Amino acid sequence: MITVRLKKQPTVPLEAESLTPDRLVGQSNAAIRAVPIYLGKRQCRLDEFFDVDGADSDQLEIHGDTGRVKWIGREMSRGTIKIHGNAGMHLGAYMRGGRIEAAGNAGDWLGAEMTGGLIRVAGNAGGQIGAAYRGSLAGMKGGAILVNGSAGLEVGMRMKRGIIAVAGPVRDFAGLQMKGGTIILGGGAEIRTGAWMFRGTIISLAPLQLLPTFEYAAAYMPTFLQLYAKHLRTLGVSLPVDSAAGVYLRHSGDHSVPGKGEIFVWQPASRG
Amino acid sequence: MLRITGGKVYDPANNIDGVVKDICIDSGKIVASVSGGRTLDAAGMVVFPGGVDIHTHVAGAALNFARALTPENQRAAAKFMHTEHTRAGVGGPTPTTFATGYLYAGMGYTTVVEAAVPVLSAKHTHEELNDTPIIDKAACLLMANNEIVMDLLEAGDAERARHVVAWLIWAAKVYGVKAVNPGGVTAWKWGKDAKQLHEPVYGYSKVTPAQIVSSLARIVDDLGLPHPLHLHCNNLGAPGNIATTLETMKVLEGNRAHMAHLQFHAYGGDDWHTMRSEAAQLAEYFNKHKNLTCDAGAVLFGNAVTITADGPWQHLLYQLTGRKWGNLDVENETGCGIVPYTYKGSNLVNAVQWAVGLELLLLIDDPWRIFLTTDHPNGACFWRYPEIIHLLMHADVRKERVKKLPAKAQSRIVLGDIDREYSLYEIAIITSAGPARALGMKQKGHLGVGADADIAIFNKNPDGEQMFRYPRYVIKAGEIVVEEGDIKNTANGQAFVVKPAFDEKIEDFLKPVFQQQYTMSFENYPVETERVHGLKLCEPESGGST
Repeated sequence: MITVRLKKQPTVPLEAESLTPDRLVGQSNAAIRAVPIYLGKRQCRLDEFFDVDGADSDQLEIHGDTGRVKWIGREMSRGTIKIHGNAGMHLGAYMRGGRIEAAGNAGDWLGAEMTGGLIRVAGNAGGQIGAAYRGSLAGMKGGAILVNGSAGLEVGMRMKRGIIAVAGPVRDFAGLQMKGGTIILGGGAEIRTGAWMFRGTIISLAPLQLLPTFEYAAAYMPTFLQLYAKHLRTLGVSLPVDSAAGVYLRHSGDHSVPGKGEIFVWQPASRG
Repeated sequence: MLRITGGKVYDPANNIDGVVKDICIDSGKIVASVSGGRTLDAAGMVVFPGGVDIHTHVAGAALNFARALTPENQRAAAKFMHTEHTRAGVGGPTPTTFATGYLYAGMGYTTVVEAAVPVLSAKHTHEELNDTPIIDKAACLLMANNEIVMDLLEAGDAERARHVVAWLIWAAKVYGVKAVNPGGVTAWKWGKDAKQLHEPVYGYSKVTPAQIVSSLARIVDDLGLPHPLHLHCNNLGAPGNIATTLETMKVLEGNRAHMAHLQFHAYGGDDWHTMRSEAAQLAEYFNKHKNLTCDAGAVLFGNAVTITADGPWQHLLYQLTGRKWGNLDVENETGCGIVPYTYKGSNLVNAVQWAVGLELLLLIDDPWRIFLTTDHPNGACFWRYPEIIHLLMHADVRKERVKKLPAKAQSRIVLGDIDREYSLYEIAIITSAGPARALGMKQKGHLGVGADADIAIFNKNPDGEQMFRYPRYVIKAGEIVVEEGDIKNTANGQAFVVKPAFDEKIEDFLKPVFQQQYTMSFENYPVETERVHGLKLCEPESGGST
């Protein structure tokens, strides 16, 4: 196990893409202390900002308020990162495998363009989670991002595969230009959900205000959701799939593209 | 002073085919002999004149727009770090200015022609070329949709049109004249295109694309410009466009012309499903008509960014791809469209395009009249030229690649039946000696006494791609600029500019037209000579008259 603890807040955000198991495994404590991180354009040693304990491990623990430390876990493919506080922007961007757990909040671009692995955030996340960076054709292509709190704009923008589950509410443009994959909105969303979506599935457990270019199709309990719910349970996400408890309203769209995506909105059975 | 000894020299302009001889350099020029100075032992190596790219897009407003439109390419591109000799930058399909110089020089190329400059953004283009180190530069001016010139042709005033063209060439500080989709870009401003050579351009009652082509070719010849009209035909990229291309060539009989990126103009068929190669038919006509030169505009599979003044074509390509689209309107002069594109071997159309570029290079029998280009970054990036060289030198490699194409594509091409293999001598022609001659640059593309000392020295290697991608030494203006893959010297190159003769009074005609129709003032329009770093004035050839 390698433990790093933030000693002082940086004046501008630190860029710490070297804080990944791939980079630190097989390294001595001295080598890890000397790993480069960037303060603006200035290259620093990791130990200028962090106390470093341990060596040669793909288990990394990060203590302190690292809300201003960007790019933690960039391109990681193995091992785990446990963050005891907040994490800055681009946490787990381009991630290929392994596991990231953050006890606090995460910034924008969480898991952007990731292709595999699991990210779990206990607090809130920023915008563009699992999204495509500006200009890219596709966002996340695999793996899972699970957020216990709320999230910001453009959740899953241009995502192609994988799962994003947000327990709390998200803001505008969830699933913007989505090409595939699944977004689960436990607390609903603000406006323009699924705008320009080509394919993919958005499931909302709270009522949504839908764009006029989405067409209501049917109220039913999709068979695939029952299977999918089993898989989600292993990740700790629960979906209502008991048809006695309610149905899903299926909407297809976005017809302005035109797309073959679907938005399911959970409608509990009325009592009595 | 520098002496290169022991290398096998390929200097086609002087009929030297793989002869071991010394090359001597003094004060940036090749000389008969030197005493003293450094000696480069090139024993076992191959010595070429520095490469000349006759058609590329490396600077200016359109390219910069493409850079801005494709941040995803920049993220994935090769990075150039700041070093003692180099500035930071990125490669990829649209390299940054400094990286462009390093990438060209790193491949043994020392002279490039930016093929599409509107007068209105000539200042921007020159600023970027000033920041493109090592290589020598020249530019061609977009003219076939200039509405002032078209109005004069409509009025039948060819004499005045010639003076206007000459004035504009000097105003933009360029080297040649380019015609892109004659009349089509003007029509695009009305949402139309110019698909028929002999029908009036939309918005005009008389002037046709054919007339624009023939008038500009004649004007360029009358002005004695060293490089003939540089022509991008109508109907680029469209199935069945072979008819337009052949008809355009007929219109050009009696004048010189350089047909740009011919690959994009050699298709048969009626639509995307029936598209086929017509390279054989085109090559047959081309072989017989010695007034023409061309460049390949070859396609390689992978990511590209299409950038052209051909606005209507770009809109169609955008609709086909559903990807990004940028469109620029350049007032009365031209337009521009940008669409990122990925060529795929599994795609019928792309497979045919890939084959057509190679077929033209192999079926056009005179290497002095077809040159290696990819219409960078349209067909592929310029730094992938060595891949094409390897394919040209090895028929068996080509045939293996053809077998991997979709069966349908294989039935639409003839590449698999061609056995011709390029020799090193011929490679030296299509990458250097030929384009230099077509550009009228007598000091380029050869290693005779008096030539500019631009030299590429390669380790001999049966893998043509490896050999030409990593020159052992590159010498520019007598200085070693690349040594074993490292940039050693980044002195700026020259910018070739032609000043054709024109009647100074033409400004009395232009100024009122200009003030009525342009958004900038007439005085701010021309590029000042001080703005062009390393400006090298080239005299028009005899025959230029006022």
